[in-house]
Amino acid sequence: MMNPSAASGHLPTIPPLLALAIRPLPLLPLQFALDGFLQRIVRRNPGLLDRLGEHRRARFGIRPLDLPFAFIVEAAPPRLAVVRELPQRLDACVSASLANLLALVEGRVDGDALMFSRQLMIEGDMEAVLALRNTIDDAGLDLAVELASLFGPLGEPPRRSFEIARNRLTAPRESR
Amino acid sequence: MELICPAGTPSALRSAIDAGADAVYCGFNDETNARNFPGLNFSRDELRKGIAFAHSRGARILVAINTFPRAASVALWQRAADDAVDAGADALIVADIGLMDYVARRHPTQRLHVSVQAAAANPDAIAFYVESFGARRVVLPRVLSVAEIAEITREVSCETEVFVFGGLCVMAEGRCSLSSYAAGKSPNMQGVCSPASHVAYEETAQGTTSRLGGFTINRFAPQEAAGYPTLCKGRFSTAHGDGYIFEDPVSLDATMLLKGLRSAGVAALKIEGRQRGRAYIESVVRHFRRALDTLEDGNEADIVSLKPFTEGQASTLGAYRKTWR
Repeated sequence: MMNPSAASGHLPTIPPLLALAIRPLPLLPLQFALDGFLQRIVRRNPGLLDRLGEHRRARFGIRPLDLPFAFIVEAAPPRLAVVRELPQRLDACVSASLANLLALVEGRVDGDALMFSRQLMIEGDMEAVLALRNTIDDAGLDLAVELASLFGPLGEPPRRSFEIARNRLTAPRESR
Repeated sequence: MELICPAGTPSALRSAIDAGADAVYCGFNDETNARNFPGLNFSRDELRKGIAFAHSRGARILVAINTFPRAASVALWQRAADDAVDAGADALIVADIGLMDYVARRHPTQRLHVSVQAAAANPDAIAFYVESFGARRVVLPRVLSVAEIAEITREVSCETEVFVFGGLCVMAEGRCSLSSYAAGKSPNMQGVCSPASHVAYEETAQGTTSRLGGFTINRFAPQEAAGYPTLCKGRFSTAHGDGYIFEDPVSLDATMLLKGLRSAGVAALKIEGRQRGRAYIESVVRHFRRALDTLEDGNEADIVSLKPFTEGQASTLGAYRKTWR
C-alpha cells in the first residue's frame, strides 16, 4: 500500500545550506535544460494538455519553497523559464517544496491533502490551477522514464540515478 | 459489501480498480454531474474505454448523472443518460425524478441508482423511487445513524449504499443553497459547490485567507490545518461567538463501523472524492479493500490512519454515531 504520509506530502525539503550554496549559480543553463525537457515531454505525450481546455494559454508560476529560484511555465506553446523572483503578472502561482512539486507532477501525492496540511499554496486563477492539477494527475508521467528518453539507448544510467535521487527526496519524513 | 470508488480521470479509474474497487463511479465532463470541475471527468470516448477496462478486470462502472436539469436544457441530461447506456454503463446514478422517468421509459433494462443528491432518507421516499422508476439501489444521505440505516434497509425493497470515507455535506444534499448564495452556482444545478472561478486565496503574514464570491470565509494561521473553501466550512463571527457555525472541516472515516454497516444489511460502501488525485484514490481504496477482506475473514479491520488525506487533518464518524441527540 502506498504510504499515506508519502501520498499526502510529508516529504523532506532541500537543506537550507545546500539551497544557499546553489544560489549564486547562473540560471540560464538550468533553463535551457528544463525547457528542452518540458518540450520533449509534451512531444512524447500527445494529448497531454487536452484537459487544460480554455486554460492552455495560462502562465503559471511554480515556486519551490526550498530553492532560491522559481519557474514560469506555459503549456501552449510549451515554455519554461527559470527566474530568481516570480513576476506579478501571472495567471496563477503554486508554491510547495521541491519534493512535493515533483511528486505532484508524477501524481504521487494528492494536491487537496497538501492544501489541507498547508504544504501547498495557491494564488491567482483557481480554475487554471485545478485544470493543470487534473491534467498532470491524469497524465501519469514518470519523470525518470522521460529523462531516460532524452539519452536514447544510453538512458538507463540517468534513469536509475534519477530514481535514486527521487527515492531519497520522496521518502516520507515523520508526520506532524 | 461492494466497494464503490471515485474516479475523476481515466488514470484515477485504473488506479481505483488496481487498488481493489468492485465498482467505480464517474461522470461526464459537463454540468450533468456533481463534480463539474475544470480538467476533471470523462469524454464519451474516455468513458467507453474506461468501461471496457473495468469489465476486462471484473469491475463495474456507475455513471453519475446526478444534478438537476435546467428547464430549458433537459436534453443535455437525457443525452448524457443515452450515451452512458450506449457506452455500457452498469448503472446510472440519478437524482432528478424527471430524468429517472426518462431513463425508466427509454432504457427499461438499465440499472438505476438513486443518488445521494436525491436526499431519499426514509422508506416512503425510497419506495417511491423503487415503485415509480424501478430503482435498484439508493445512496443514503449522510444524515443517518447506523441504527437508522439498519431500520431503513430492513423496510425497503432495494439495496442501500452508504458513504464510508471523504467529504461531508451537513446540509440536506441536493437542496443546499449556500454555494448558490455566494457564487451563483451550486452542486445541485451546475455540479459545482464553491466553483473554482469564485475561489480566491491570499497569502499574508497572518496566514492564508480564503474567499468565495468576494466573501471572506476563513483565515488559517500558517501551520493550521485547512479545509475546502465552502461556506458550510467557513469560520464566522456571530452573536454566539467566533468559529465554525455550520460544520468543522473534517472528513468522514467509517472504517471502525464496517462490521455494523454489514450487520445493518448495507449492500455497498462508497468512497467520496472524484475531485481527488490518484494518490488519494490508490491509498484510500486499498485501505478499504483490505479492511473489507479482513472483515470477510472474520477479523476486525485494521485502523490505519487516513488522517493525512482528511479535510482539516481530522476525521469523524459523522451522523453514523450521533452524539447531539
